[in-house]
Amino acid sequence: MIKNFKKQNVWFVFTPYLWLVLFFFVPLALIFKISISVSEWGMPPYRDLFSLSENGLEINSTLGNYLFIFSDPFYIRSYLNSLSLAFTSTVLCLLIGYPIAFYVAKSKPSIRNILLIMLIIPFWSSFLLRVYAWKVLLQGSGIINSVLIHIGLITEPISMLHNHYAVILGVVYTYLPFMILPLYGYLVKFDLNLIDASNDLGAKPLNTFVKVILPLSLPGIVAGSMLVFIPVVGEYIIPEMLGGSDKLYFGKIIWDEFFVNRDWPIASALAMSGIVILVFPIIIFQLMYAKYNFRNE
Amino acid sequence: MSEPFLQIIDVSKRFDNVVALDKVNLKIAKSEIFSLLGSSGCGKSTLLRIIAGFEKPDEGRILLEGKDITKLPPYVRPLNIMFQNYALFPHLNVTNNIQFGLKEEKISKEEINHRVNEILNLLELNGLEKRKINEISGGQQQRVALARCLVKKPKLLLLDEPLAALDKQLRVQTQFELVNLQYKLGITFIIVTHDQEEAMSLSDRMAIMKNGEILQVGNPVEIYEKPKDKYIANFIGTANIFNVLNKNNQIIIKELNYEVKNINNKENYVKCLIRPEKISVKKLENQSDNLNIGVVKEVAYLGSYTKYLIEVNGFEFYSFMQNSLVSDNLQIRWDDKVQISFNETSIYFFND
Repeated sequence: MIKNFKKQNVWFVFTPYLWLVLFFFVPLALIFKISISVSEWGMPPYRDLFSLSENGLEINSTLGNYLFIFSDPFYIRSYLNSLSLAFTSTVLCLLIGYPIAFYVAKSKPSIRNILLIMLIIPFWSSFLLRVYAWKVLLQGSGIINSVLIHIGLITEPISMLHNHYAVILGVVYTYLPFMILPLYGYLVKFDLNLIDASNDLGAKPLNTFVKVILPLSLPGIVAGSMLVFIPVVGEYIIPEMLGGSDKLYFGKIIWDEFFVNRDWPIASALAMSGIVILVFPIIIFQLMYAKYNFRNE
Repeated sequence: MSEPFLQIIDVSKRFDNVVALDKVNLKIAKSEIFSLLGSSGCGKSTLLRIIAGFEKPDEGRILLEGKDITKLPPYVRPLNIMFQNYALFPHLNVTNNIQFGLKEEKISKEEINHRVNEILNLLELNGLEKRKINEISGGQQQRVALARCLVKKPKLLLLDEPLAALDKQLRVQTQFELVNLQYKLGITFIIVTHDQEEAMSLSDRMAIMKNGEILQVGNPVEIYEKPKDKYIANFIGTANIFNVLNKNNQIIIKELNYEVKNINNKENYVKCLIRPEKISVKKLENQSDNLNIGVVKEVAYLGSYTKYLIEVNGFEFYSFMQNSLVSDNLQIRWDDKVQISFNETSIYFFND
């Protein structure tokens, strides 16, 4: 009996790892394989890594794809654009999301649930639809321009769409709940007596926020920022729908390499580089943070 | 009382039309330990929060040393509060918790270190300086919470159920420590508690609260011996309350059918109180004497004393007997007939 139970336990533990291997590491390995392959006209548009010919086993591998993308400032600039978009929108999400999360967490439980549902309801409609809705709102003949012209503030419609501000707007709107929910998770557990205690000990509201509330909600801030920052770096749809030609983003470049230029090795090399550049700082940060938390707990 | 240290004048507070405090008036002297005692929902915590400045009263004023502090925010009031759950900062260690309040004042680093060390010594917290709050015991947390307040040298210290989170053994020890500390420092203490024993043993004076009103203020002896009404009598300790009849200038305790002879004041009292420890029982030997005879319904031996539930004419009341004096009484069993006696001076008359 006990032996059987243990066996079941082993499977129970391994299922998530199996999932991770099948749907994360295997695809990642495939992309890595393509990224070091040689581009070729055909289907698939790259040469097999290993092939048998009359000369014996041939290895058709190259680091040229990587060398190429790092030598072309075009790719680097687009990556920096994406990083700056991710950074800006994470900061904006934090600034907008923190007061909302705090307010929701400190509401009465009955009101709190209604507020939470209101935050989640937009998720029930398609992401594409929600981004498209912004297009409708912002366009030259859109509602915002119509209203502004109607009340006489402007005579000509302002061009609000197809620039990187529209992209930031779309990203902040879409990713805001990913910031709010983890923050809420930490703030709702926050003991309000700590705020009273801090006030009582002589700390003015701003000091109380900086010295007590902020450090204690730091894990929520980190979690929310990761959930916004990481996917925004690779975000493709929002820049495609709301963005213009003023800034090119990384996701769009990868898309173009894959589907327009049909250069899978370059596209894969771009994707791999993006992941590595993003993942290493995050791993280092997580390790440092774990250490910091360990010291604090 | 001369100039009161803290004066609460006509303070009222409601929450969504529920009255939490109704025209409360209190005067608290300097350096006294004052308790606010009442069952939950009586308004004692609200009053404490108003004194601390976390809540604003709807009406009324609070004067500290004659100065109106009603509108001052908590961070400028020269008083501190110790919370029931201590509200220690979990992200800071013991030292940083204690010096948190000092860093908000404009004090030099040397002075801060000096005062922190002083308070660490006073509360025997040495060696725990670098510990996190969740690495120390409940009793130590309580002392850190106390230290965090006292290091600010407040004029007034508010304590919200200071001992409720401690286990019984530690509670008794800490009670004495608190009183000693207060005596040493001379800081005025206001303690909120629902535990009447705690209030009795800690306080110089106490106020009994019910439904947002103060029923009685007095020292523990006054409150215990001369409660204003039945509620207070029952709230503090065990109370035997009898009806009093006034017939032809005779004062008679109805249930016992006992005439009180040595009474000067023949006012029209309707009730009287005799505390259980003031009623003694003795096993009946000669059957002839049929005055003041009761039947034992329950016996509870509690070591230092024994509780007896006595029935007379269908009315039940308690008698507590010290076991040191009454080795004979250990023979008293259920359904035994006993003779009841009490001193007439220990009868307390009151109007309901």
